Parts: sequence; C-alpha cells; structure tokens
Amino acid sequence: MKKFKKGMSLLLVAAMLTLAGCSSSTNSADNSSSNEPAEAGDAATADGAVFKIGAIGPSTGGAAVYGLAVQNGADLAVKEINAAGGINGTLIEYNFQDDECDNEKSINAYNTLKDWGMQMLVGSTTSGCCIAVAAESANDNLFQITPSGSSVDCISNNDNVFQVCFTDPNQGVGAAQYIGENAVAQKVAVIYDSSDVYSSGIYEKFVQEAANQPFEIVSAEAFTADNKTDFSVQLQKAKDTGAELVFLPIYYTEASLILTQAAAMDYAPKFFGCDGLDGILNVENFDTALAEGVMLLTPFAADAEDDATKAFVSAYQAAYGDTPNQFAADAYDAVYILKAAIEKSGATPDASVSDLCELLKGAMAEISVDGLTGEAMSWDSDGAVNKAPKAMEIVNGNYSLIQ
Amino acid sequence: MKKLTINKNTKDNIITYGIIIAAYIVMELLINTGHISSLMQGLLVPLCVYVILAVSLNLTVGILGELSLGHAGFMCVGAFAGAFFSKCTQGVIPVDLLRFILAIIIGAVAAGIIGFLIGMPVLRLRGDYLAIVTLAFGEIIKNIINVLYIGKDSSGFHFSLKDSLSLGLGEGGEVIINGAQGITGTPKDATFTIGIILIILTLVIVLNLIHSRDGRAIMSIRDNLIAAESIGINITKYKLMAFSISAALAGMAGVLYAHNLSSLMATPKNFGYNMSIMILVFVVLGGIGNIRGSIISAVILTLLPELLRGLSNYRMLIYSVILIIMMLFNWSPKLINLREKYSFKRLFKKTREVQ
Repeated sequence: MKKFKKGMSLLLVAAMLTLAGCSSSTNSADNSSSNEPAEAGDAATADGAVFKIGAIGPSTGGAAVYGLAVQNGADLAVKEINAAGGINGTLIEYNFQDDECDNEKSINAYNTLKDWGMQMLVGSTTSGCCIAVAAESANDNLFQITPSGSSVDCISNNDNVFQVCFTDPNQGVGAAQYIGENAVAQKVAVIYDSSDVYSSGIYEKFVQEAANQPFEIVSAEAFTADNKTDFSVQLQKAKDTGAELVFLPIYYTEASLILTQAAAMDYAPKFFGCDGLDGILNVENFDTALAEGVMLLTPFAADAEDDATKAFVSAYQAAYGDTPNQFAADAYDAVYILKAAIEKSGATPDASVSDLCELLKGAMAEISVDGLTGEAMSWDSDGAVNKAPKAMEIVNGNYSLIQ
Repeated sequence: MKKLTINKNTKDNIITYGIIIAAYIVMELLINTGHISSLMQGLLVPLCVYVILAVSLNLTVGILGELSLGHAGFMCVGAFAGAFFSKCTQGVIPVDLLRFILAIIIGAVAAGIIGFLIGMPVLRLRGDYLAIVTLAFGEIIKNIINVLYIGKDSSGFHFSLKDSLSLGLGEGGEVIINGAQGITGTPKDATFTIGIILIILTLVIVLNLIHSRDGRAIMSIRDNLIAAESIGINITKYKLMAFSISAALAGMAGVLYAHNLSSLMATPKNFGYNMSIMILVFVVLGGIGNIRGSIISAVILTLLPELLRGLSNYRMLIYSVILIIMMLFNWSPKLINLREKYSFKRLFKKTREVQ
C-alpha cells in the first residue's frame, strides 16, 4: 500500500509539473511572439505573409560563445533586412533555439522550430549537431544553410544543405598549400584536438596534403577535451624536433594557452592556425604581445578596414556590446545568402517548405554573394562554398591581411 | 461470487505495464490523428531510451544497493557496438527490422560483457569507492572510443589508435569509426513502437528478476551483506548478475539512441559522467528501488527542458530550480508529512468514515 501511495504521489507531481510546464511554455510562447512585435506586426501589415527563418546553436554550455555569436549575427542581418523593407517586400521572422551543443538536443531544437513553422534553417552552429540535423532536414526537404558546420558530412548526401564556411578538408589543404608555396617553414609540428571533429578533420587533410608539399611534419601531437590546459609535453616535443612552425588547427582558447606556455619555455617558432584562432586577441588575461606574428587562415577579421566589415562591427557592438567573431559574420552572411537566393528564385512565403527548398537549391547554383567572409561566394550543387581563403597575420595587436 | 485475489506484486506490476501500454496507445492515437507537435514526436524515442536507462540503473542502485556512476559508459558501448554492426551490414542485410534487432542483441551482449568484466574487479569495493571506480571506468570507455579508428576495405577490417590515416585503407575503403568524429550515417531504424517494446522487455526482465529467488538473494545482499553471506548466498555471483544485466539493458538503450541520430559521437555531454549522473537523478527522484517512479521521473525530466524552451536563456536555470523543488517535494521529511496529511487517499478515507 505504501508503494502504491508513493506511486500516486509521484503521478500527482507529474500531473502538476506537466500543467506547470504547459502553462509556462504557453506563457513564454506569448512572450517570444511579443518579443518581436515590430517584425511580426509589420509583416502582417505588409502582405500578410512572412519568411520564417530558424536558427540553431548552443546558447548555453561550453560552446555558448559560438551559438550566441550565430544568434546575434543572424538577428542583426534579419533586423537590417526588415528595416530595409524585407526580401522582395516580404519581411522575415526569426527564431533561435538552443541545442547545448548536443546532437540529440539539436534535433529537439529543429523540431521545435518546425512546430513554429520554420521555412529555412540557419544552422546548426557546430559540426556534430549539424550532421544530425541535416539528416532530419533532408528528410523534410527543408532548405538548410549552416554558418559554421564545417565537416564534410554536413553536406555530403544531403543536397538541401549548404555551407557558408570552408569545409575542414579545404582548410587543411589550404593551410598546407599556403605553407608550402610561400616557403614559410621546412619543419612543421602540429598540435591538434583529437576529440574535436573540426580539429582532427583539418589535421588529417593537412597531413595528406603535406606529403605533396616541400616541408616535413616532424611531430604531430594530440590533446583531448579532457586535458586541454597543459601543453608543455606537446610543445617540448615540437621544440626537440626543431620545428620552425607549429600548426594549430584548434580553437583560440587552447591556442592562447599554447602561446603562453611556449613563451614560458623560450620556444618561439612561427604559429599558424585556421579560422578557429580568430578571437585570440580578445581572450581575457592573455598577453596579446605573445600573439604577435601568428598567422591564420580566416575568412573574417573584425579589424579589417573594408566598409562592410566596419559597418557590421559597429552595428554589432552597438546592439550586443561585443566584438563579433567569425561565427557572427558567417551567420550574418548566411541570412544575406538566403535573401539573395530567395530574390534570385522569386520564391514566395506561401510556397510549401519542400517547394521552397527546390527553388532555393536551384538558385544557390546561380548566385554569387559578396559577404563579410568572402567575395563572390558561389556554391556547387554539393553545398560547399567556393571562396578564396584569406591569410592574416597579427601585427601590432591587429589582424592584417597578408598580400 | 468468488473474490478475485491478485498478489500485491502482480497488481503493482500490472499497473506499471498498464501505464506504459496506455501511454503508447494515447501517443499512437495522437500521432495518427496528427494532434502532436514535431517536437513531441521527435522526443518519443529519446524518452524510451531514458526510461530504459533509468529502469536498468535502478537495478544496480535500488535493488543491488550499489552506487554506480558509470552507466553512460555501458550505454556508450552498446551504442557503438550496435551502430558499428548496422553500418557494416547496411548493404548485406536489407531488412531494416531484422538488422536492427540483431544490432540490439549485439549492443546488449557487448555492454553486458563489458559490464561483467568491469564488475569482477569493481564489485569487490563498496559504497563511495565503488562509485568512484565506476565513474572512472565510464570515462575510460568514452576515451577509448574517442581514439578508436576502425575502417573496412576489401581485405577486411583495419584498426588503429592513432588516426584514420594510419588505417592504410585500400581502394574503396570506408572509415566506420572515425575516432572523435564517431560514426556518421547510422541508419535511422529506431521507432517509438520498438522503443516501447524494449521498455516492456526491460520491465519484464527487471520486475521478474526482482520477484524471483535470485532477486530476493540480490536484495538480501543490499539489506545486510554479512547476514546474506552467512546463510550461504553467493555474493559475487549475484552482484555480478545484477550488474551485468543492468549494463546489458543500458547497452540496449544505447543501440536505440544510436539508431535515432545519424551522427554518433562520444562526447562528455552524451556519454560522459554528466549523463551517468543524469540517469542517477532519474532514479533518485523516482525513488531508489521504485521502478515505476524511475519511469515517471525519466519522462518528466527529459520533457521538462524541452517544455521550458520558451524561457530561452533562463531555461537551464529554471530547470535546475524545478529539479531542486521536485527533490524537496518528494523526499523532504517535512513535506512528506504534509503531503500525507492532505493526500487524496486520506480525504477519501475520511469521507468514507463519515458515511
């Protein structure tokens, strides 16, 4: 009987909670719609229909930096487009959902957006989540453009998914070719994160391409997400083998530690990284003098001097009080790419999700977009972007383009 | 009329099965009539996964009475074994259902074997020590998977612990487990119906075990080890039995999990100790040793973060606060008294007395 009582009370708790959950979710649904009163209201007056763009990324947890950047970058672009009268006179409604950088949660976020009526997706932010979501969106034939899901698996087998960023192999190959062609170094060491898709993806292609280049990889040392604070072993090995250049296909947080620890052991090789290093100058308590001379292949630098970047950075800072990184720029571009594709195809918001996807897929092959992260970006039917990588060097505490 | 007498345990079990079957029928009706959001529909299989995990962990924690913090590790073994099998035989076995059933068996057996192997040294420890060692084993499993590279080409399987380049795959070779990048392109075979069948299977195994001779032996170990030993119960045998069955069931949940997502990676988020503790939270909130409680709390705690989505950035904060409130409501002695004072049953009883 006691057990039964226990069960009953649990059931009651369950009932209460579901009620509480429901009421809070309906409340919040109201809130979220009232958060965008201007957009929704204007849209209703414009012609009664809107394009519904969803976005997914981690806004909580360890990878929140990237998700928040995507959230804000896309938000900024949507606001600008709506302020300028929308796409072909149709306004955009925008909704961002958190996925905690978890594949399973990413699918939940995707389904939430689907219930909301999403027609196009900007996401997911991270590669792993993007692969999981791409399988779902391919099933629904929903047009997806990922700002920063750089793995090849995001776009392979799914012709409805397009990328704004380079794929990992392109970055690895690009880096190896750049080092080889410009004779930056003869002996190269690599330190990479074997538990990260992005990092190990670049590493593999870098090693493959290095075989065709006039330099030699003298050491390749890995670390994992569980031990990413002490790099003295990896650096010592690079130093012992006489590497003149250390290739860092990793994110900037770990890279800042590597630079600090290398300086502490009087090891001063050239450091070379990919777009993950973008943001290294904003790391707290990091002596930016150590980053002097670091070279990186990145599509975007917040300190670039062109007008588009300047306008974007000042608008972003005014709106969110933060300097945008590459993820924000990718997401910003993603929304403008959607705009270009919609304009090219002449799609209207009343088309079904699947029809819209077919129209946009066709348009993607034809358009060429000048964005923050590349000029004259164009797409193959496989979804990978064609744009020239930019090599940057940190000089006097600023990113500057290497000509 | 002869009064139908049902054993108390049987009645209890029938209620548990009834809840599951009723939930299934309601959900199927909702799906078929289209009255269900895509979010809920997408959550059905994960719900089954977490229910199985909670019930299976309850076997170790509630029935055997040992604290295990490595449950996600067994789930990880099952997930990768099952997904690996499916990926290899995708072209060979064209019938999805058959392949999936085989994958489930392989995942469960693999996790059960690992559970058995880990259980042998680990179960010599007790209490906190056992908890810490299981935690370590869970992490070891996750980290081994993260450096494991397996590829397949015409000459067979290639293994490596370094990177996918050192597999030396021949022409037409395919990397199946790509280290940290895990397995991509697992066929999406998991369905709600299969999930429910697996829950029922889990319940049949666990409930029958509990109410069997072996189950009573296991519970006697929990209640008093020395007394159990003195009456000749083979402690090691029963401990290992409960532990490896629990691991095998977790492996089964892992296979279901893996076949619901197209990309499977062993991240700290899904197979790390966070997940182990999450499952433990299901068990503790639902009541240690209370199988039905585990099911209900697993469902609530999985749904809750999704239902709170509208709160955007405050979501995880509110979730934690609700978790604390629920724990207090369920298990604080003062609140239990208060609850009993005002419980429905008492009210009913009173009215009956009045009559």
